[in-house]
Order: sequence, then structure tokens, then C-alpha cells
Amino acid sequence: MSVDKDTVRRIARLARLALEEERVEPMVRELNGILAWVEQLKKVDVEGVAPLTSVVEQRLKMREDVVTEGDNADALMANAPGGEDHFFVVPKVVE
Amino acid sequence: MALPTDPTDFSLAEAREAVAAKKISSLELTAAFIKAVEAARPLNAFVTETPERAAAMASESDARLAKGVVRPLEGLPLAIKDLFCTKGVRTTAGSNILSNFVPPYESTVTQNLWNAGAVLLGKTNMDEFAMGSSNETSHFGPVISPWRSRGSNAKLVPGGSSGGSAASVSANLCLAATGTDTGGSIRQPAAVTGSVGMKPTYGRCSRWGIVAFASSLDQAGPMTRTVRDAAIILKAMASVDPKDSTSVDIPVPDYEAGLESGVKGLRIGIPKEYRMDGAPPEIDAIWNKGAQWLNAQGAEIVEVSLPHTKYALPTYYIVAPAEASSNLARYDGVRYGRRAKDVHDIVDLYEKSRADGFGPEVKRRILIGTYVLSSGYYDAYYLRAQKLRTLIARDFTEAFRQCDVLLTPATPGPAFAIGEKTADPVSMYLNDVFTVTVNLAGLPGLSVPAGLTAEGLPLGLQLIGKAFDEATVLCVGRAVETAANFTAKPQKWWRAA
Repeated sequence: MSVDKDTVRRIARLARLALEEERVEPMVRELNGILAWVEQLKKVDVEGVAPLTSVVEQRLKMREDVVTEGDNADALMANAPGGEDHFFVVPKVVE
Repeated sequence: MALPTDPTDFSLAEAREAVAAKKISSLELTAAFIKAVEAARPLNAFVTETPERAAAMASESDARLAKGVVRPLEGLPLAIKDLFCTKGVRTTAGSNILSNFVPPYESTVTQNLWNAGAVLLGKTNMDEFAMGSSNETSHFGPVISPWRSRGSNAKLVPGGSSGGSAASVSANLCLAATGTDTGGSIRQPAAVTGSVGMKPTYGRCSRWGIVAFASSLDQAGPMTRTVRDAAIILKAMASVDPKDSTSVDIPVPDYEAGLESGVKGLRIGIPKEYRMDGAPPEIDAIWNKGAQWLNAQGAEIVEVSLPHTKYALPTYYIVAPAEASSNLARYDGVRYGRRAKDVHDIVDLYEKSRADGFGPEVKRRILIGTYVLSSGYYDAYYLRAQKLRTLIARDFTEAFRQCDVLLTPATPGPAFAIGEKTADPVSMYLNDVFTVTVNLAGLPGLSVPAGLTAEGLPLGLQLIGKAFDEATVLCVGRAVETAANFTAKPQKWWRAA
């Protein structure tokens, strides 16, 4: 399988990554180089093989559904590029 | 014990003895490293130096020492890969998008190190979001290896992604450093800089507070000058952590205690599929030597098979970008990180902030990951890769029925020149051919310096162990280290630069 320019534009949109038009063609080539290389996995018979989802045999731990930390809005807002009065500020999304 | 005259030449174990015996204060030791770090700026190994914090931490250690309280790493200066969040100290992950990020919290691994008394010298440079094998994808520029080929001034890569940590350890800018390893990012840079690097079993160290790349593969570990130092640091880094549900609740052994127990009676597996066509003869030669060294010390050498080895890298380059595309979705220019200016709506804000904030390799991987997870392609790529991962992990389970530890080369070759492999992503990816299988199976792997090429560049050997059997891996690593007697150090050319 390989990707074309439209596919690259579509996945860039899905990934919320602006891609300048002059970068689309080189990205098609780069991605196809990688996809051609991973194509060899098709040769392996994986019939009946379960997908590996965890390398360590361990039941996922559960904990009480309670607040473990809080009242630290100042610290959490300190890195926000647009923030006012403990709100994250973004461009208007509702007309 | 005769100590080196320059304290930056101490091993971590030597420094520990010297500080505990009050032959040198932590502040004196730390000051020597601060000077070494400043003098080594041409290497670009650090993104952020923290000399004031280092001095304050060292003074606190000296005060404790005066009272006779000695923690395991009391007063010992370390360098921390800039992927570990450090409270109040900028943490960039080598990326423009996090270039102004100051975490309000501390990663569990670094907190464990500070609780053990260690001193923070600074944050080391790295490939952006740990995506790279040469430290050339960093937003802050490449790290220059302290090593040079004999008779050449050409700038070489220190490996990656933990390139700044590897360079710092081999140039004696710190006693030890932390790294992270998703496909080889501790072991490969350690090997090409003549350092020791260990990726522990998945779950041994908490991932909490480490900027996530591929969560099912990422693991933190030590980078040091000796195997003993790796054993000491790993003990301090490892812990079960309620904040990381994949961290494992089994006791952390005293790795140092078993270090000299020898390899007599151990079975060392040589995976035949790691003998690659076209591999440089020097790689095969050092590998054979490694087997002879262990055999001479009483280990039995057995040939084993890991039949799916050649599929490991392509499997990795589906699984890792898929997880990365998901993990990196959080960088949206809203809650933290850089935000693009002059945007007309919220989607534009996301798209431009991410386009400005991420470098080319990160974008490539996000797009590959988005593609293999997208509707219609998930089964063909991601699900198939997950099944391959089962087969790769099963190979190891089978091999470990016949042996205790595997011995392999660490890398397919020595360090290469800056710019040599950046044009072709796949040729860069091949650097991790011997290390990536270990991440896919979640096993512990250790890289130990084993010798020099004809050009005078370091080569490493890798030891792979059973899950949570770091102790045996370190013990065999110590046996390789003893036999190799690797004493070469880079010339300190950067001091005159």
C-alpha cells in the first residue's frame, strides 16, 4: 500500500498538523519509503496469533475513584500560552 | 583504593566512597563537574545547566553528611535527560513546542534520585521527543560526540536519542546520567560512546512524569561509566508507583550485591539471526570475542534462534509511531507549550501550533502513526504489527528455555558523521536493529563497552535477560567488562575549542 498527495493531506488534517503545500510531495515520498519497508510484515503468517497488548503479565491495577490532588490551579495554569483567571483562552468556537 | 586526582574522573562508586569518607565534599565534587560542563559547551550536551540548584543540593548533602546521615547517592552529581519532568526546571523533550515548559511537578524516577541524595547538574540534549538515533533531530541542535576517529577532526554523532546523556557520561561531565529507551535510545548511544547503558524490564521504573513517546515501549534507565555504577543508579531509579499503573510491584534487588558472582555455569545464548549479511567484520569479531571471554570465565555458550528478528524494526515503526501520534495529540497550544500567533479559529490554532512546534522527524512519525491507525488501515498495519510483537516476544520465551542471558552486538557499527544518515529515514532506523527487539518484548538489555574499531571508535556488546532478571544481566555485564578492560577515553579536545 502507498499514499498519494490527497491521503497525506487527509492524514495531516486528522493529525491537526498544518502541512505547507510544498511539503506534501516530499512527505508522500518519505512516507512511501517507510511504508514500502514495513510491507515485508505481510509475508508473515499471523493466522491465530493474538495481538500483544501488554508485555508484562499483570492485571491492570484499580484504585478508588477519588480526587488525589487538587487546589493547584495556579500551578496548572502557569504554562498556559493563553490563560485568564484559571481559564484556558482559545479563539471563539461558537458564533 | 587509589583515587584519580581529578574528581571528574571518579566512577560513581569511587565518588560515593570519597564523599562518605569525607575525602572530598559534595560541593567540591559538584563544583568540579559544573566547571567540566561549562568547558564542554562545544559538545552541546546540555539543554539547560542548573549550577545554582546543583550547589544548593550539594550543600544540603554536605550538611547531612556532617550529621552522619548518608543516603545511597548522597551528594553525587547526575545529568538528567530532558525528557524527565523536573519541578521548576525547564523540560523541553528536545522540542520547540515545549521550549518554554516549566513542569509544576517532578517525575517519579528523578524524585527517587533526589530522595537518594543525588545532585542535579542539568538537563541533557536529546532527539526531539526521543525520536532519533543520532541526536540530530533536537530543536537545540545536534550533540557532538566527545569521540573522534583517529587522525580526524570530523564531528561524529553520540547516538540517540539519549545523546546528551551519553556524551556527558563519556566526557566525564557527570558521574552518571539518566536516559530513556523506546527502541534502543539508552543502549545505542552508550555503545557508540564507550559507556554502559541499561534498559530495565518494562515496568521496573515508573514512567510517570517522563514525556511520553510510545507508552508500551518507553522505559527509563541508567547511563554510566561502569557496570557497578549502573547497578547503583538502577536500584535508586526503580520503584513501584501508584501514579504508573504499568509499574510492577515486585521487590527491587540490591543489584550491586550480586555483581561479582561470576558467570560459571550460566548458559549464554548467541542468537544466530543477529549475524547479519553485510555487517562490518569488526562487529562479528567483537561479538565472537565476547563469547570467548564469557566461556573462559566458565559460562556455556549455546546457539539459539530468534526467527522473527528481521521483522522487529518494521513492527516497531508501526507500533511506536501509532502510540506517538496518540501521545503527542496533547500538544495543542492550549494548556501548555507554544502557541502559534495570528490564527483565525481553533482548528487553525491546533494545526499551526503543531506545525511550528514539531520538527520534521516528529511530523513524519505522527503522520505514519495517524495513517496506520486510520479507518481501513488499522487491521492491515497496527493489528498485524501487534501480532508480530507476540511472535517476537515468543521467540525470546523459547530462547530462554535454553539459556540464561543472550549476548549480541549492541549496534550494527560505530558512531557515524553528523549528517551522514539524515537524508534517508530508514537507514537511520537500522541503527536500532539489535536493540529494538528487546523493547518489543519488554525485556532488560544492557550495553557494555567492549572494544575499539581500527579508527579508535567504541563498540559495545549487548546482554539481554529474562523479564525482571536485571541482576543476572548486570552480573554477566560485569564479567564482559572485566574481560574487555575497556579503558579508552576521548581526548578532551573540546576544552581548547
